[in-house]
Amino acid sequence: MIDSDVFVQALQDVGFDFFTGVPDSILGGIIETLMERRLYTPAVREGEAVAMAAGAYMAGKVPAVLMQNSGVGTSLNAIISLNVIYKQPCLLLISWRGFQGKDAPEHLVMGENMTRVLESVKIPYRVISEQTLADDLRWTAQTFMKERIPVALLLKKGIVKSLHP
Amino acid sequence: MQSRARVIAALLEQLTDQPVIICNGFPSREAHKIADRPTHFYMIGSMGEAAAIGLGVALSKPNKKVVVLDGDGNVLMGMGTLATVAALKPKNFVHVVLDNEVYGTTGNQPTVSNVVRLEQVAKAAGYVNVERAIEREDIVYEFKDMLKKDGPSMLLVKVTEQCEDAGRVLIEPADMTQRFKKAIE
Repeated sequence: MIDSDVFVQALQDVGFDFFTGVPDSILGGIIETLMERRLYTPAVREGEAVAMAAGAYMAGKVPAVLMQNSGVGTSLNAIISLNVIYKQPCLLLISWRGFQGKDAPEHLVMGENMTRVLESVKIPYRVISEQTLADDLRWTAQTFMKERIPVALLLKKGIVKSLHP
Repeated sequence: MQSRARVIAALLEQLTDQPVIICNGFPSREAHKIADRPTHFYMIGSMGEAAAIGLGVALSKPNKKVVVLDGDGNVLMGMGTLATVAALKPKNFVHVVLDNEVYGTTGNQPTVSNVVRLEQVAKAAGYVNVERAIEREDIVYEFKDMLKKDGPSMLLVKVTEQCEDAGRVLIEPADMTQRFKKAIE
């Protein structure tokens, strides 16, 4: 399992310097590390978070937004009618609840359709694994610069250490 | 009470190179027609997120006063952002709400801002300065004051439903991003 300190440092090393989002248990360790490093600005809703990321990008930052995959649903309009069409890139670090149907009922539909939802609005994505992390982040940074749209990294349970393993 | 376009004109006269985020719908179209500047960011979609975009700019550029020209429908849709702004307390954040109590762009269907006083919501959340104004003289006075003071501040201006004959903003969204980014560097 990847230590959250190592994971956050890796994000910083490829340039991310503005972090916002809405928590999920899978993201708990990462958010704690970001807060310790005073890098995290909490949002109250995911649409607000991607809009803050858009503002931060235009003000010279390299933003990342953390959210549970349910937040993709609440923020989708902002993502496609702001960040995508205005070419305001950000990293969407999305925890993949409901993966393979093993989760609480409210997560199952989005869990099953996670990649299709992203594909349908042409958001490039990768699924993070410990073995491919370095390459996943290199790809993220390259796609961010080249496409200038939101780029998603999907994080399943048990890849990065959370607060309550 | 004045038209929104007259109020926007009076506000923009007080500004020089401050970043201005303008909400989607007629406010953006009117502001673009009255005075287009590279420091203006005109929203066309993402209703409800004007203040959130402005907040992202304000947090990243603490030495620039950031102005958000918002509408009542937008504020109601993204009301949680009043809490986020109030909690983070960016000193350089001036939030103007042009409140005509209707969704003007879609045919004047009523909002609920005739009942809910949005500046009081902002005050309860924790905005530092909160004012409501109707007359031009008061609007300009309060706005200039908020540009000088530490915020976050909200100026709610009651305006008429009248819309200026202003076409869509035809700047390509991606070009606008780069133009705005460069202008506020």
